[in-house]
Parts: sequence; C-alpha cells; structure tokens
Amino acid sequence: MALLQLERISAQYPGSPEPVLVDISLSLGPQQLLVALGPSGSGKTSLLNLIAGFVEPSAGRITLDGVPVKGPSAERGVVFQDDALLPWQDVLANVGFGLELAGVSREKREIRAREMLALVDLTGFENRRIWQLSGGQKQRVGLARALAADPRVLLMDEPFGALDAFTREQMQELLLQVWQRTAKPVFLITHDIEEAVFLATDLILLAPNPGQIVERLSLDFGQRYAAGESARAIKSDPRFIETREHVLAKVFSQRSAATRQERA
Amino acid sequence: MSSYEIPAIAVKPGSTLIPVRRRLSTRWISVLTLIALVALWWVVTATGMIEPLFLPPPSAVLQKGWLLVTTGYMDSTLWQHLGASLSRIGLGLGFAVLTAVPVGIAIGHNRIARGILDPLIEFYRPIPPLAYLPLIVIWCGIGELSKVLLIYLAIFAPIAIATATGVRTVDPAKLRAAQSLGATRAQLIRHVILPSALPDILTGVRIGLGVGWSTLVAAELIAATSGLGFMVQSAAQFLVTDVVVLGILVIALIAFAMEMGLRALQRKLVPWHGQAH
Repeated sequence: MALLQLERISAQYPGSPEPVLVDISLSLGPQQLLVALGPSGSGKTSLLNLIAGFVEPSAGRITLDGVPVKGPSAERGVVFQDDALLPWQDVLANVGFGLELAGVSREKREIRAREMLALVDLTGFENRRIWQLSGGQKQRVGLARALAADPRVLLMDEPFGALDAFTREQMQELLLQVWQRTAKPVFLITHDIEEAVFLATDLILLAPNPGQIVERLSLDFGQRYAAGESARAIKSDPRFIETREHVLAKVFSQRSAATRQERA
Repeated sequence: MSSYEIPAIAVKPGSTLIPVRRRLSTRWISVLTLIALVALWWVVTATGMIEPLFLPPPSAVLQKGWLLVTTGYMDSTLWQHLGASLSRIGLGLGFAVLTAVPVGIAIGHNRIARGILDPLIEFYRPIPPLAYLPLIVIWCGIGELSKVLLIYLAIFAPIAIATATGVRTVDPAKLRAAQSLGATRAQLIRHVILPSALPDILTGVRIGLGVGWSTLVAAELIAATSGLGFMVQSAAQFLVTDVVVLGILVIALIAFAMEMGLRALQRKLVPWHGQAH
C-alpha cells in the first residue's frame, strides 16, 4: 500500500491567473526514492511545498497513510536547499531540535542525535558551530536533523543544488546509503538530470506552463549503487547515458513545444 | 589604480598575498588624537590664553574630581549623583526591555497587533522626549517616577521597532524547517523568532540607551535634585566651571562605557551575527 498519495492535485497562487500545477497524481511508498525533475518554473518546488503542507492545493487530495495532509508536521521531514539550520545552536542541538520540540529529554535526544550524525558521517562535529561548517557538512546536518525526528517520509528541496560538483557527487552517494539504511521513502526535487537519473527509483519529469507530469520512469541505478556497484561505473554505463539522454531529449522537446505554442 | 592592486582588496587580511607594510593602527591614531587634545587643553590653560572661569586646566578638573569623590558637591558625592542617574536609566531600560520586546514581537508577528500598535509608536517616537516632559511632570510630579517614565518612553520605541524589524526579517526557511519538525506557534517564537531577532533587539537596546542617556541628563538639567545633569546644572549656576567640565566628561565616559559594554554583549550573545552561513 502506498504511503503518500497525491490525487489530481492542482495549485494556484492567490491573485495569479495561471495555475502552477495541474492534475498531478503520484504515490510514494516504502523502498521508493521518487525524484521530481524539471526546469525552473515547472512547479517542482510548489509540489514539495504542497506535500510538506506549507501551501494548500486548489484542487485534489494529498493523504499520508490515508489521512489528509493538513499543514506542516513532523511526519513529513524536510531538507532545504539552503540548510535552514539554527546558527545559535551547535551541530548536536540542531540535529536534536525536532526532538526538543517534541519534549524529549536532553539525554535521549543527544543519544539519537549522535546516532544520526554517525549515519551522515559527521561524528566528531557535535560541538561545531553552524557557520564553521562547509556547504556539504551543513546539508549533512540538515539531513540528520530531518531523520532524527523519525518522519514517515523525507522531502528534499534541491538539497545539493548549492554545492560544488565534487561535493554533490559525494552527497548523492551518501543519500543513497542513508536511504538504504533507514528505509525511509524519499521525495526529492532537482533540476540536475544526472542526479535525478542516478538517485531515482521513480522519476517524474515536470514541464512548465502550467506544471504537469510529462514522463514517468522506473529506474534502478540507485539500487545498483546501494547493492555495491561504484557510482562512476553506473554513471558511465551505456544504459545510464541512454536514459539520461532520453530524459534530456524529453525536456528539450517540451521546451520547443512550449516555444511554438508561444509563437502561435 | 593598477591591476595588481585590485585583487589585494578582496584578499582577507593576514594573507601572504598582500605586501605587508608596518603602519600605525587606527586605534593608535585615535589614542594619539586624544592625547593631543588633552595636551592642547593644558597648553591653552597653562599659558593663560583662556581664563580658568571659562576653561579650568586639566589638573584643576582632576583635583576637583578627587574632591567630588571624597566630600561631594551639593550634598552628594560624585558616586551618589552617578548612582542616581544610573539607577534611573537602569530602571527605565529594564522596564523597556521587558515590555518593548513582547510588543515588537506582536507587531512583527501579528497583523492586528501591528495595526493597533504601529501607528501609536510611530506617532510618539519622533517627538523629542523633552517636549512631553512637562506633561509627565503634571501627571506624575517631579519625583523619580516622572524621570524613569520619561526614559522608559525614550527607550521603548527604538527597542520595539528594532524587535519588530528583526521578527519580520526572520528567514522563512528556518520557520518552515521548525514547522516541519513539529513546532507549535509558541515554540516558533521561543526557538526561532526570538533568537533570530536577538541581533536586532540588541541594536535597538544600543540605540535606545543612547537616546535614553541624553534624555535623562537633559531631564536632570531641568527638574531634579540629584544626578549628573543636576550636578552640572547647579555648578553652572554658581560658575563652578571645573565641576561642569568634570560632569560632562563623566557623562561622556558613561555613554562610551555603555556603548562598549553593549558591543561586547552583542559579540557574546550573537556570535553568529555577521558570519556567512
């Protein structure tokens, strides 16, 4: 049974004549890493905000385990593009923040926070200040913080978008390891085609004006990585390249179709 | 400007890329300026260019200072005058922080509170506090209450406005992050909004203290029987110029000490402020 379910979702910003998203249906279950890929303006951030509960859909239904989603909650953990960590707390307190809000004792939340830091490979950074961390380290703290609250699903808003190419590759691999170990369903949005193809078990391609799903793919490259194959071997595999080019061609055909439409 | 100089600006101090020249630091330039000023003061008074009635020599002011500390002036020692002024501003500041911070949070956070409170604060804030001092005296008399109330009003507005600004500019991503970790409205204020606004609150306190101190001294010049302002004013009436000069110096020193203290507090309480993160 699917855990997170979106049924015919549309979204529109107040005062705007054009909808941002139309007729989006998707489901996210255990063992899935769903990636929404799209150019800017395709409504992928809006889609994540809808699932997180930061905004409400204008039509359609979002449910988690059959219960309608209403507002943000600790069930749906979010990792943000710009870390959104609290600089007045150290790394350990940041990771334990969700548990602190839930009223968990200091001792217990520190144990949990240390576990999560170990999971994202940041043991030894407990008492660092946030501004002393690199971009990749901050994203690891953000991931550990979201996981520490033990959400039902993990939502990731272009989490590696602001990182350099080398760090980004490392973070993708780390995410796959964490995803495999925690078995959390992940919903991730990105505009990086290679990232999307590498990570996704399920990929949806969004096209703009208005945001809609134009392609759905089931992929296994991430699972192959999780099974022990090297990332470079997977990314240079002809099948990987073929998939990447297929998605890329789809993005461009959508774009030229949109341009033709505008000209007409 | 040669092309060689351009990157040197962007490079951090201490980098080996900039040719290091030994120069006088800014701090030393300031210290030397002060020393020069005191020297000039001493020269114009020692040579008799200016009469002691208008400007007593530094030595006389220092001697008077010692006398004020030990025996006092106008029934009170310098410490008592200083204490009177400091306790007034301390009380005013304490009440202002306790009330202005919640009000600022309400203005920044709640539309209705903003609608009610914003025009009230913006209406009275531009009025020089001394302009409504007579009204306060009519209402509350010339006792301590009216002076503390005056300072309170002078400090309240800058703190409330700075707090509201800080609350309004809280990073929305941090709010969303806390919400998706299950934060309630009260927890958002306690764990995200208040610490985010703290740098602005402290800036408000700094501005407020500056305004409050000048208002207090001016109020003491007009209506008081103790305090630094009163001491200067009554000395001026008897042309005791050395006490006047000394009082002004002490007032300046206290203002300087408060500014430095608050900067230190800012560094200690909000070390993340100004850090790239």
